[in-house]
Amino acid sequence: MAALDDLYKEIILDHYRSPRNQGELDHPAHRCEGFNPLCGDEVIVYVALNDGKIDDIKIGGQGCSISQASASMMTEIVKGKSIEEAELVIHAFKEMMDIYETELSGNKKIESTVSDIDLGDLEALQGVVKYPVRIKCATLAWNTLTQSIDEVTNTSL
Amino acid sequence: MNLDVNRIKQDFPVLQRVINGKSLVYLDSANTSQKPDSVISAMGDYYNNSNANVHRGSYQLANEATAILESARDKVAGFINANNRQEVIFVKNATEAINLVSNTWGRVNLNQGDVIVLTELEHHANIVPWHMLAKEKEIEIRWVKVGDDGHLDLSNFDTLIDGAKLLSFAAMSNVLGTFTPVKEMSERAHTAGAKVLIDASQYTPHSQTDVQELGADFLTFTGHKLLGPMGIGVLWGKEEILDAMPPFLGGGEMILNVTKEGFSTNDLPWKFEAGTPMVAEAAGLGAAIDYLNEIGMDKVRSHEISLMDYALTKLQNDFGDSITIYGPKDATERGGVLSFSFEGAHPHDIAQILDEDNICIRAGHHCAKPLMQVLGVGATSRASAYLYNDESDIDVLAEGLRKVRDIFNPN
Repeated sequence: MAALDDLYKEIILDHYRSPRNQGELDHPAHRCEGFNPLCGDEVIVYVALNDGKIDDIKIGGQGCSISQASASMMTEIVKGKSIEEAELVIHAFKEMMDIYETELSGNKKIESTVSDIDLGDLEALQGVVKYPVRIKCATLAWNTLTQSIDEVTNTSL
Repeated sequence: MNLDVNRIKQDFPVLQRVINGKSLVYLDSANTSQKPDSVISAMGDYYNNSNANVHRGSYQLANEATAILESARDKVAGFINANNRQEVIFVKNATEAINLVSNTWGRVNLNQGDVIVLTELEHHANIVPWHMLAKEKEIEIRWVKVGDDGHLDLSNFDTLIDGAKLLSFAAMSNVLGTFTPVKEMSERAHTAGAKVLIDASQYTPHSQTDVQELGADFLTFTGHKLLGPMGIGVLWGKEEILDAMPPFLGGGEMILNVTKEGFSTNDLPWKFEAGTPMVAEAAGLGAAIDYLNEIGMDKVRSHEISLMDYALTKLQNDFGDSITIYGPKDATERGGVLSFSFEGAHPHDIAQILDEDNICIRAGHHCAKPLMQVLGVGATSRASAYLYNDESDIDVLAEGLRKVRDIFNPN
């Protein structure tokens, strides 16, 4: 059970049972859907951006404990942050998930530029790395937030 | 006579695997079945002794390879009681078989405004090819609903089938395990003038399949759920319908003659088998059919009924309201498939925790998203059994589910 205890930490189960910032935001907040075709998980990220800042964020959809807890913690950490700050957090979280940007040569860039970012409760998700299939669960909301930011930034150009 | 499951387990090398000191409890056979020694060695024998291309060589090896391929076809024809061997087409899997029908019969016979009827039980392989054709040809898809009891709701079936050109449906649900009333639906569809395609991917491994008795025009299944290898499936069709259909893939083997001006098609079944076929896989499928015939499909079925009866009773008794089991409650109305929700835990979490004890189940939408919507869930956990499972496997599953409860609802 040791490995499972490492995965299912109490803080993760708490966010799963009582997800923070769950719900919807009305227009003009941006709505973006993400899917994990492997298990059918679905996340809907609503972000209200104001002056380059994430004023509000809500999460809809359904999924496993890892995807739901990760989404819930994500909303807590990025709410109130500027887009630039949020992008740094996203970057740091993905590095914790062992996902690094790839250089053109195909090699991983392994020197972190964001190692000083404090991920707080999100550190509890580190146990996920031992279960490669679950990394997709943990990163689903994050990828959807990235897509959301891209869509908003591109349409406002 | 009950099956001697302990002896049967010995025939399956992978079931002997021990990981982290624990035996394998394989409950994902609706996804893919395990393979007995005889299937694996039939494939090895082909490559070790007879590998050559079929229908082309004039030497002994080539003749042996051709005989291996064509004798597998005879075994399949016998297994499903086809009228003749020309009606058995080898394809990659059931998905390809349905795509073959939608691309050939469908393209020729369906036009703008035409209607086809599917059911809410279908998996994506029997939905997406029709969506693709519907978009291209502007045809209408009607859906037979699933009732709360997991059975198809046929109360408005005559209205749905009225004017339809095709009814395409699963003989057994891969999610709920439900056996559908194939014969009755085929008859009513034929009365309405529709052709009938039966997706028997789940049905054929669990029950005697008799295409003449079932009354279909097409029937499809895949080898790998039937103790056979991945990479081979079967399309069975009535000879006169297959004869009238245009070919699917073009190339070698499917032609009689080719000139700079055009080509003429080969006879059935080769008309639909372009290119070098899957000979080792055919050898494996033939060996799988031999294995099942030796045991007897009636015994496979009765074993499954008693095992599902045990599982339904045990899980309900052990977990009461904490578990929701989908589909018919009567084991005689379902195959060896058991989908459930448990303790508010997500199926992906359940599968992960069970994996810690080497218990293999499937978590997810089972390639049947429309059915998930009907059930009102995003995903289910699915334990599916076959002839090599027994009550001890169900007991280990129940133990594993207690661990899930300890993590998600410790009080």
